[in-house]
Amino acid sequence: MSILVDKDTKVLVQGFTGAQGTFHSEQSIAYGTSIIGGVTPGRGGKTHLNLPVFDTMEQAVSQAKADASVIYVPPAGAADAILEAVSVEIPLIVCITEGIPVQDMLRVRAALDRSKSLLIGPNCPGIITPDACKIGIMPGPIHRRGSVGVVSRSGTLTYEAVAQTTALGMGQSTSVGIGGDPIKGLDFIDILERFLADPETQSIIMIGEIGGTSEIEAAQFLKDSKTKKPVVGLVAGITAPPGRRMGHAGAVISGGNDTAQAKIDALRAAGVHIAPTPAELGSTLQSVLTG
Amino acid sequence: MNIHEYQAKELLRSYGVPTPKGVLIHSPEEARQAVRSLGTPICAVKAQIHAGGRGAGHFKDHPEIRGVRIVKSPEEAKDAAYQMLNRTLITRQTGSAGRVVHKLYVEAGCAIERELYLSMLIDRSARKIMIVASQAGGMSIEDVAEKTPEKIQKVWIDPELGLGDYQARVLATRLDLQGPQINEFAAIIRSVYSAFTSLDASMIEMNPLVVTKEGGLMALDAKMAFDDNGLFRHPQIAELSDPNEEDPREQEAARFGLSYVSLDGTIGCMVNGAGLAMATMDIIHEEGESPANFLDVGGGASREKVGAAFRILLSDQKIEGVLVNIFGGIMRCDLIAGAVIDACRQEGLKVPLVIRLAGTLVEEGLTMLRQSGLNITIATDLGDAARKIVAEVRARRAA
Repeated sequence: MSILVDKDTKVLVQGFTGAQGTFHSEQSIAYGTSIIGGVTPGRGGKTHLNLPVFDTMEQAVSQAKADASVIYVPPAGAADAILEAVSVEIPLIVCITEGIPVQDMLRVRAALDRSKSLLIGPNCPGIITPDACKIGIMPGPIHRRGSVGVVSRSGTLTYEAVAQTTALGMGQSTSVGIGGDPIKGLDFIDILERFLADPETQSIIMIGEIGGTSEIEAAQFLKDSKTKKPVVGLVAGITAPPGRRMGHAGAVISGGNDTAQAKIDALRAAGVHIAPTPAELGSTLQSVLTG
Repeated sequence: MNIHEYQAKELLRSYGVPTPKGVLIHSPEEARQAVRSLGTPICAVKAQIHAGGRGAGHFKDHPEIRGVRIVKSPEEAKDAAYQMLNRTLITRQTGSAGRVVHKLYVEAGCAIERELYLSMLIDRSARKIMIVASQAGGMSIEDVAEKTPEKIQKVWIDPELGLGDYQARVLATRLDLQGPQINEFAAIIRSVYSAFTSLDASMIEMNPLVVTKEGGLMALDAKMAFDDNGLFRHPQIAELSDPNEEDPREQEAARFGLSYVSLDGTIGCMVNGAGLAMATMDIIHEEGESPANFLDVGGGASREKVGAAFRILLSDQKIEGVLVNIFGGIMRCDLIAGAVIDACRQEGLKVPLVIRLAGTLVEEGLTMLRQSGLNITIATDLGDAARKIVAEVRARRAA
């Protein structure tokens, strides 16, 4: 088992024929992901990477059932692309695009709240179940199928957690980048809930950062769940100055309880094992597991 | 992105928010003329910097002089401007370095009955636009929230329904506004909401919004910030950015689409990914030194962009060493290695450089670095990289 995606997941690509869409679709196909086609308005009827191209998602889903879509559309059109996927009830929408205006995302959130579609991202690397399905821009070869569930707000820190758990032979059940934007789709709790219910996932690494209160809410969730699965945590941005946006649109300290320290304290109080440095995510988990 | 008070007032005025008449000035003589032309018995002379707390703030060389002055004559305005222009103002938001005041806003005074607080911002937990209002205006809203939370009123706006007039009227009555003031207040909130949504603002704040002796409402101060991700839709807003308020390296970085923040330390960092960039800063700190900057070169950076990033790093005089930490996903390690080698050859490398590469095409990248003949230390992982750069910087300091 894994969460959200597996070898049977059929994927449509929105923004299929652009440079990003093309490159990452090729990589995903090479990895073994079942990509069934894509959408680029105005290119309908053509083929791209030997797969059909459609003008709209409506046309695409009328041809074949899709379980997921991945969005490589530039920021100006990305929110609309998410809404288009929601309109045809794609079960899982993964939006890679960075730089979507936050007020666009407010409207997207409202639409998601009354739909069954789930959104991962935006501004994220995507989701991967090793050896089964790679949706997004993460480097495939660092992954290895195994028992650790990884969830993170940061793309490259996700890769750190993955590479370290691969090197130590633990591997990953599923790795999810939930993205660095302030208004997004699935959050820590949504993913943690699924990891706790997934028998293949025996331990979890969660990586947060400054800004917002998702980590605090996740800490409370873990505490209430009374789970026996070990959780290792990291919160980036101990040294980040308040009020400054640190790259990610969502990474800015703007209150009191959104600092790295406040989050670390909350997670620790919930029984999460905090990795002393980002280089020690894997080794911290290993030492917890071996007691 | 932030803008000045005078710019925020101009924008809000165009959306129908009542503000006092004002004139932007750059010299003491202009201040004198401004007060004369405004023709009110009292005027305010206000330092224009991108930081709050100006009224309580003081000038570096003249601790008795505040960042907002009340003047009663054109001559007094001229003297005030002379004492404020081109001097460094320190407020609770500027830090101890302060900000140099390059322009002043001279504004017609008004007789104040009561000071209120009004702001609009995005509440990320509620995922809605939120209005915050208080009867305790004219002071730090953080202090009000902490000491007298019952004086803070909040209303959330449904993104699909938009602002309801009734919501504005409810807020008005909670602030004890009465009679015609209720509709006046509702009209201000409508204007603010319209500016907020049509300009992709991230924050609009009026502290204070005053009730005048005549019973009208007026925004005596105004602050606006914009969502950087929305600026592509509003070139006229992007043009309001003031280069004097930005760090020169941050500006240069922005020109190349790089995300850079200046910090106080001495180890320069170049990293791909915002989270990894923060984590790299943290681990340098953990090893006992401090990062000189946050720099995210992004996922798909070109060779030109990486070269620019490296030059910006090296242009910081306080740098004692550089740590490059790349986990290639989209980013190819050979591209990074090539760009760093080029930049080192062009700029000359005067400080220790430690590079950690991982991910896509890592072997190709490492081979290029080894064969470059440059004095580069290669690290195997993030922990190793942090230890090595700290050791090299300390060795150089001791030598």
